[in-house]
Amino acid sequence: MTKTDVVRTIRRSKAAARPPRHAGFWRRLLRRPVAIVSIAFIALDVIASYAAPLLTPYDPVKQDLKVVLQMPSPIHWLGTDTYGRDELSRLLYGGQQSFEGVLIALVVLAVVSIPLGLAAGYFRGWVDFVVSKISEIVLALPNIIILLVVLTIFTGSMTVAMVTFGLLGSAGLIRVIRGATIAVREELYVDAARVSGLGEGIILFRHILPRVLGPIIVQLSLFGGIALGVQVGLAYLGLGTPPPWPTWGLMIQEAAGKILTNPWLLVPPGVLTGLLILAFGLIGDAARDAMAEGQSRNVGKSTRKLDRERLELAAAAELAAPGRPIDLDTDVVLSVQGMSVQFEVDGERSTVVHEASFEVRRGETVALVGESGSGKTVSSLSVLNLLPANGFISAGHAYFREVDILTARPHDMDPIYGKRIAMISQEPMAGLDPAYRIGNQLDELVRRHHGLKGAEVRERTLRILADVRLPDPEAVAARYAHELSGGMAQRVVIAMALVGEPELLLADEPTTALDVTVQAEILDLLRDLQREREMAVLFVTHDLGVVADVCDRAVVMQQGRIVESASVADLFARPRHPYTKALIAATPSLVQLPDRGDAVPAESSQA
Amino acid sequence: MLKLILYRLVMAIPILVVVTMIAIILIGFAPGNAAFTILGSSATLEQVHELEHKLGLDLPWYEQWLRYIGGVLSGDLGTSYINGAKVADVLGQRLPVTLWLVGLSTIGSAVLGVGLGTLSAIRQGAWGRVVDVVAMLGLAIPGFWLALALVSVFAVDLHWLPAIGYTDLFKNPGQWMLHLILPVISLSLAGFSVIAKTTRDAVLDVRSRDFIRTLRANGMSRGSLLFKHVSKNAGVNIITVISLTFITGLTASVFIETVFSLPGLGSQASTSSLAGDIPMVEGVALYFTVIVIIVNVVIDIAYGLLNPKVRAA
Repeated sequence: MTKTDVVRTIRRSKAAARPPRHAGFWRRLLRRPVAIVSIAFIALDVIASYAAPLLTPYDPVKQDLKVVLQMPSPIHWLGTDTYGRDELSRLLYGGQQSFEGVLIALVVLAVVSIPLGLAAGYFRGWVDFVVSKISEIVLALPNIIILLVVLTIFTGSMTVAMVTFGLLGSAGLIRVIRGATIAVREELYVDAARVSGLGEGIILFRHILPRVLGPIIVQLSLFGGIALGVQVGLAYLGLGTPPPWPTWGLMIQEAAGKILTNPWLLVPPGVLTGLLILAFGLIGDAARDAMAEGQSRNVGKSTRKLDRERLELAAAAELAAPGRPIDLDTDVVLSVQGMSVQFEVDGERSTVVHEASFEVRRGETVALVGESGSGKTVSSLSVLNLLPANGFISAGHAYFREVDILTARPHDMDPIYGKRIAMISQEPMAGLDPAYRIGNQLDELVRRHHGLKGAEVRERTLRILADVRLPDPEAVAARYAHELSGGMAQRVVIAMALVGEPELLLADEPTTALDVTVQAEILDLLRDLQREREMAVLFVTHDLGVVADVCDRAVVMQQGRIVESASVADLFARPRHPYTKALIAATPSLVQLPDRGDAVPAESSQA
Repeated sequence: MLKLILYRLVMAIPILVVVTMIAIILIGFAPGNAAFTILGSSATLEQVHELEHKLGLDLPWYEQWLRYIGGVLSGDLGTSYINGAKVADVLGQRLPVTLWLVGLSTIGSAVLGVGLGTLSAIRQGAWGRVVDVVAMLGLAIPGFWLALALVSVFAVDLHWLPAIGYTDLFKNPGQWMLHLILPVISLSLAGFSVIAKTTRDAVLDVRSRDFIRTLRANGMSRGSLLFKHVSKNAGVNIITVISLTFITGLTASVFIETVFSLPGLGSQASTSSLAGDIPMVEGVALYFTVIVIIVNVVIDIAYGLLNPKVRAA
C-alpha cells in the first residue's frame, strides 16, 4: 500500500482521522496516589493563603512587642517572630506572593513555549531555525544573574522577575515540545487531517497538542517547583517586596538574623517551601510515569537477594528431581533436563518455559524452533546463565559438560564464557560496543582467552577477522560498529564468539536482522566454521528454511513447551505435532519441497 | 568535532550580544529607575536627569551598547555607580572564590554521585531506592535554606566550623578549607542527587543493552565490562549532568555566597543588585556567560572523546 492509499483509506473511515485517545493520560495521572496527594497539598496551601483572614485572627503585620520570639504554643501555633507577629499568620499570608509568582512564571512559560514549540516542530524550515537558535541563545544565559539584572532596574518587582523567569525557562520547554511535535507530526492521522482540509491551527491545537501534553505537564510541574524556589530565594536576598509585608523569603531572612538565639524561626517557612517544591516535583514524576506506563523501570529487588533466591530455587530443584550429570565419556555437550523458567513482573511470577529437556552433542547443530514468544530465546539465555534480573530457573537442570549452570554463580561462569560457551546475538549492531573500535574489543578478548601480549594480540585479531571472511581485516578493526554494514557487523560478532574457540556456540536468530542475500552468506559461513571446528551449535530461529539449511536436529517449541524433537530429515518428512505441521505449511520455500531425505529449501540451497 | 567547537564559538557571539544588551534595553523601558535607586526616592527630577547624563544613560541605546562593547574589548567593564571602583578589578579579585566554591562542589557531587549511582545500579534493591530518596531531598531542599540550617547546627550549636567569612587559600590553607566546607556541602546537595540518579539510570540502561550480554557471554571480564564498556557508554549522560551541575552551581552561588558572606561573584551580584549598581551586576552576568560558554566547549570535547559518532561530526 502506498502512502496515498493509506491516506485514502483513512479518509474514508472518519474515525481514524481522529487522534488516538489520550484522555487516558489524565486518568492515568490522577489514578496515582502520589499525584493526588501532591495536587491536594498544593491546592490546600493556595486556598489557605487566600483564606488567611478567615483562618487566623492575627494581623500578619501588626507588632506586639509583649510576645516576641515565642516558641509554638496553643495561642501562637508556630510561635512569634522578633516583633511579636504570629508566625502562622505570616506564613499563610506570605504564601500569596509565592503562589502569584509561580502562577505568573507558569503562565508566561506556557503561553510562550507551547505555540513556539508546536510551530517549530510542525512547520520546520525557517520557523524552526529561528525559534531553535533563539532558544539556544536563551538557554546559554545564566538565568539567576539575568534576574538580578532585571531586578536592579525594576527594583522590588517580583512580577517582572517572574515574567522574566518564565521567558528564560521557555527555551528549555520549547525544545521539548518541538521534539515531541516532530515525532507526532509524521504519524498518519495528521496526514489524514491535513488531507481532509483542516486548517493548520486546528491540526496543531486539536490533533498535535493533546499528543504532546504529557511532556508539557511534566515540564510545567517541574518548573513550578523551580520557580517557587527562585521566588523564595530572591525574596530572601531582599530583592522582592520590602518588609513588613510577609513573604517566605523575607521570613527566612529574618530568621537568619536570629539564628544564634531562635533557629526555630527557620523551620516553618523553609519546611513549607521544601514540601511544596517536593509536591511539584512529585507531580512531574507521576506525570512522567503515567506517560511511560507499562514500561516501568524500577530498580526492583537487590541483586544479592535475587542471587540468594536463585540458589534456593536450585537447591529445591535438586531436591525435587536430582539432576543426572553428563557422563563425560559420551559426546553430550549440553544436557537440559526438565528446565522451567519464570519471570517476575510486579511481584507476580509467570512460567514462560515449561519443563524443557533436550541435548546437544559435539559437532552437532541443533535448532530451537518456534514463533516469537515460544520461549526459545529465554531457553537459550537460561543455558548461558544470562537471564535478565527478573528471570528465574524454577525447576530442572542444565548441565554443560561437568558444570551445572543452574547453580553456577557469576564467578563460576567466568572460565566458561567465551572459552567453552559463546554466543552470537540477534541484532549484530546491538551486539557490539558502539564506543570502542572493533579491533579494541577483539584484542581484549584475545588477550583474555589466549594470554597473548604486544603485537601478537593484534595479529591474532586480524587472523580471526580473516577467518570470518572479512575482506580487509585491518580496515574493519579500525572501525566503530556504526561504520559497518549489517552483514559485516554480524561477521564481527561471529569472530568475537570464535576468539575463545568454544565447544558450544549459541546463535540467537543470527540472520533475522539481515538482508536475504547476506543471510545466505552468513549461514554458509556458520556451517563451514562449525564443520572446521567441530563446534556444537544451538541455533535459535523461527525460520524453518534456515533449520533445513544448516541444522542436524530440531527442537520445536510452542508456548514455552517442547512439542517435538527430531532429526531435521524426520521432522520435514514426518512431522508429528500439528504445530510443526502448521509451521512447515507456513514456510513458503518448503511447501513445494518433494518428500526427500535431505530437505533443503530451493531458495537458499547453496551447498 | 572541530566543526562542533567552531559552532559553539560562533554561537557565542549572539549570546554575548544579548547579555551585554539586556541591561541597556531594560533601562530604556524604565527610564529614571536606575538613577532613583541610587539617589533614593527623595531625589528631585533634576538630580535624576543630572545623574543619568553623568552615567551616559541619556544616550540612545545603540550608542550606550557600542561604548560598553568598546570597553569590554579593551578589558574595561566600566565603573561602579556606587563607589567608582573598576568593575573588572573588583570581579577579577572575586572570581577565584566563586570558581573554588563551584568547582569543589561540582567535583564533590560528581565523585559521590557517580559512586552512589553506580553502586545502586549494581546492587539495586534498597541501594537503588536510596537514590530516589536522595533525589527527592535534593530537589526539595532549597540550597540557601540548607546552608542556614547547617550553620545553625555545625557553627552555632556545635562550634565545629566557622559560620561565615573566607580566608585566602595561600594565606591559610587550613582556614580556607574550614570556611568552604559548609558552603560546598550546601551547594552540592542538589547536584549530587541529580548526578546519582542520572548515573543509576544510565548504568541500568547500558547494562541492559545487548552488547553487554554478548561481550559477557564471549568472555569479557566483569571488571572490564563495568569500568570500560558500561562506564564509557553511560559517560555521555553523566558528563552532561555534571556540566549542568556546574552551571546551576554557578548561578546558585548567588544565594550560597550571600548566606556565608563569601567574597565571590554571586554575593557581589546580589548586593550590587540591591544597591542599583548596574555595571557591577552586568559585569557578573558577562563573567558567568563566558564561563558557561567555556564549560560547553569543554563538554563538547568530552563528548567527542566518549562518543565516536560525535567525533566524526
